[in-house]
Amino acid sequence: MTVIDDLLARTRAENRAALVGYLPAGFPTVDGSIAAIAAMVEGGVDLVEVGLPYSDPVMDGPTIQAAAEAALVNGTRVDDVFRVVEASAATGAPTVVMTYWNPVERRGVDRFAADLASAGGAGLITPDLIPDEATEWERASREHGLDRIYLVSPSSTDERLAMTAEAASGFIYATAVMGVTGQRQETSSLAPELVGRLRKVTDKPVGVGLGVSNGAQAHELAAFSDAVIVGSALVRCLLDQPDEASGLRAIRDLATDLRAGVERD
Amino acid sequence: MTDISGRSPSRSALPDGPGHFGRFGGRFMPEALIAPLDEITREWEAAQADPAFRAELDRMLREYANVPSPLYEAHRFSRAVGARILLKREDLNHTGAHKIRNVIGQALLAKRIGKPRCIAETGAGQHGVASATACAYLDLDCTVYMGKVDTERQALNVARMQMLGAEVIPVTTGSATLKDAINEALRDWVTTVDTTHYLFGTAAGPHPFPTMVRELTRGIGDEARQQVLELTGRLPDAAVACVGGGSNAIGLFTAFVPDESVRLVGIEAGGDGFETGRHAATITAGEVGVLHGARSFLLQDEDGQTMESHSISAGLDYPGVGPEHAYLADIGRAQYVPATDAEAMSAFDLLCKTEGIIPAIESAHALAGAIALAREMGPDATILVNLSGRGDKDVHTAAKYFGLLDENDRAETDG
Repeated sequence: MTVIDDLLARTRAENRAALVGYLPAGFPTVDGSIAAIAAMVEGGVDLVEVGLPYSDPVMDGPTIQAAAEAALVNGTRVDDVFRVVEASAATGAPTVVMTYWNPVERRGVDRFAADLASAGGAGLITPDLIPDEATEWERASREHGLDRIYLVSPSSTDERLAMTAEAASGFIYATAVMGVTGQRQETSSLAPELVGRLRKVTDKPVGVGLGVSNGAQAHELAAFSDAVIVGSALVRCLLDQPDEASGLRAIRDLATDLRAGVERD
Repeated sequence: MTDISGRSPSRSALPDGPGHFGRFGGRFMPEALIAPLDEITREWEAAQADPAFRAELDRMLREYANVPSPLYEAHRFSRAVGARILLKREDLNHTGAHKIRNVIGQALLAKRIGKPRCIAETGAGQHGVASATACAYLDLDCTVYMGKVDTERQALNVARMQMLGAEVIPVTTGSATLKDAINEALRDWVTTVDTTHYLFGTAAGPHPFPTMVRELTRGIGDEARQQVLELTGRLPDAAVACVGGGSNAIGLFTAFVPDESVRLVGIEAGGDGFETGRHAATITAGEVGVLHGARSFLLQDEDGQTMESHSISAGLDYPGVGPEHAYLADIGRAQYVPATDAEAMSAFDLLCKTEGIIPAIESAHALAGAIALAREMGPDATILVNLSGRGDKDVHTAAKYFGLLDENDRAETDG
C-alpha cells in the first residue's frame, strides 16, 4: 500500500472523492510555490501535484504555460522541484510530480526516481509518457516504491484503457475533455462515459481532471470518480491576485470550496 | 502500375511496429493523440497498399508539382570546387522545394480519412506555404501556426499563405519560433482531432510521421539514383543533403542506404560556429532526449529543457532532428557534420555566380558540405547534392548578408 492507496481508501470510506490540487514548482518563486501548496492543503487539498516547469508543455493551456514560463525565467531547476516536493510532503499530503518526460530521461530515470523518493514524493504523473514506452520507468518506480499515474482520454480505445489501467498504480488520470489544461465553464459530458468504460476494465481508482474550476463542478465529478483534479483554476489565483498574501488567500478559499464540492450527497 | 518515382515496392525494415529506429523514435505523446496516430498509421498503410491511391498521388506530383525533378550536372560549379557535382533539382518543384511531395501526400491522406481540415507548423514559412498550397489544391481548410518572431521576419510568406486561403496564427509562447509553433499545433490537434489532420512538416515527431514523411519524400533519392546511373553509369561516391528536421535528407538517403559504397553526409546548421554555442547542429552537438513525440538527439540543457537553436537558415533552425537520422548516425551509416553560416553563404554565392541558380540557404549548407567533401575526396569523386529548394525566399537575408542593401532598406528588412 502506498500513501496514495491509503488516502483513496480513506476518502472512499468517508464517501467522498479525494481533492487533487496542481501547482507548478517555482511559480511565482520556489518559496512562493511552497507557500501556495501549504495554502491549498490548508484549504482542503488531499493530494498535491507539483508541476515541473518545462520548456515545451504541449498538454497545457495558456494559464499553466504562463506559470511554467515564469518559473523557468526565474531560474527554477529540477533540484528546486525536489525541494518543493519535500516541503509539500511535509504538510502531510501525499505529493506527486507532474512532468513531461524529457527532464526525467535527462536526469536518468533511476536517479530521478531515487531523488523523488528521497524527497518524500509518492509518484509521477506523466502526460507524454504512455505505458508502451515506459519499460525503464516501470522498473525504477517499482524499485523506489513510486506510483505510475498515466493519463487516459475519451479517444482511448477500450483495449488501451485496459492496458493503461493495468500498467498504472495509485490512480488513473482520466482527462475529461479532448484538449489541454485550462478552466471550462461546464464539465464535460465525455467524463462519465470515459469513467464508465474504465470501471469495466479495472478496479483501480480513477481521478478526473481538465477544466474543473469550482466546487459545483467538483461535486458533479465526485459523484462518479475517486478523485477530482484541479490545476489551472488554482494557478489562476496566483496569476490574478495583486500580491502574494491575497493570492494565497484566494487559493485557500478555492480549495475550501472545492473540498466541500467533493463530498458526495 | 506506372510509378514515376521509380520506388521499389519493398519497404525498409525499420522502424519496428511501434515506430522505433533502434533506440530512437517511438511515441512520446499524450494518450489523447495515440488513437489518432494509430488511425493515421492504419490509413497510411492501407493507402500505401492501394494502387489507386498511389496512382493518384503520382499523377498529382507529375501534373501539379513538376515531379520528377531533373538531375543537373553543375559543370562550372564542379570545376570551381574540384569534383563532379550533380544537383537534384528539387528547387524546380512547384512552391520551390521538396516539401510539396510531403504535403500533397498527407493532404491526399487527410481526404481519404475524411478530415476536412489540416493544421501545420512552419518556421520560415516554406512548409506553411506548401501546406496552404496543397489544401487549396485539394479543397481542405488550412490553419498554419507560426512563431510571432518568424511572422515578423517572414511577412511575405505570411501574405502568401493568406493569399492561398490559409489562416495564419502567430504563436507568442516560449521562444515564439518553430518549436513553439509545433507545440501550439499539437494543442490545437488534441482539441480538434476528430476533424483535423496534423500535416507535419518534417521526418520527425511521433510514429508514424518519421516513416510516412520518409516514404513521401524518398522519391528524391529513388529518382536521383536512377538519374545518376543513367548519366554516369555508376553510383555516386557521396550523397549530400542539409538536415534540419531532416525530410529532404531522409528523402535523398533512403534509396542509397543499401548501397554501401555511397557515403551519406548530412549537413547541419553550424550557425556562428560550433564553439560559439550558437548553432543548430543537433546530431553533432546534441544529446539523446525526447522532444515533440520522439526520442532523438536534441539541443538541451542539464535539466532537459530545450535550448534555442541559431542559424541564418530558418528552415534548419530547429533544436531537434528526425529519429531515423539519429539512428543512421548511431550505426555509422550516415555522417553528420556542421557547416557555418559563413561557409553556407560562400557556397550560396558560388552557385549563383557559376551556375545562375540561387539556392535556398538551407540547400546552400548542403553545397558547403559538398565543397568540403570535394576537397577531401578529390577530382575523381562524383558527389550528388540535393538542391532541396530555391532561394527566392532568402533574397532579403542574402542581400543583407552580402551588404547589397543600403541603410534604409536594411532597416526595413531587418531580421
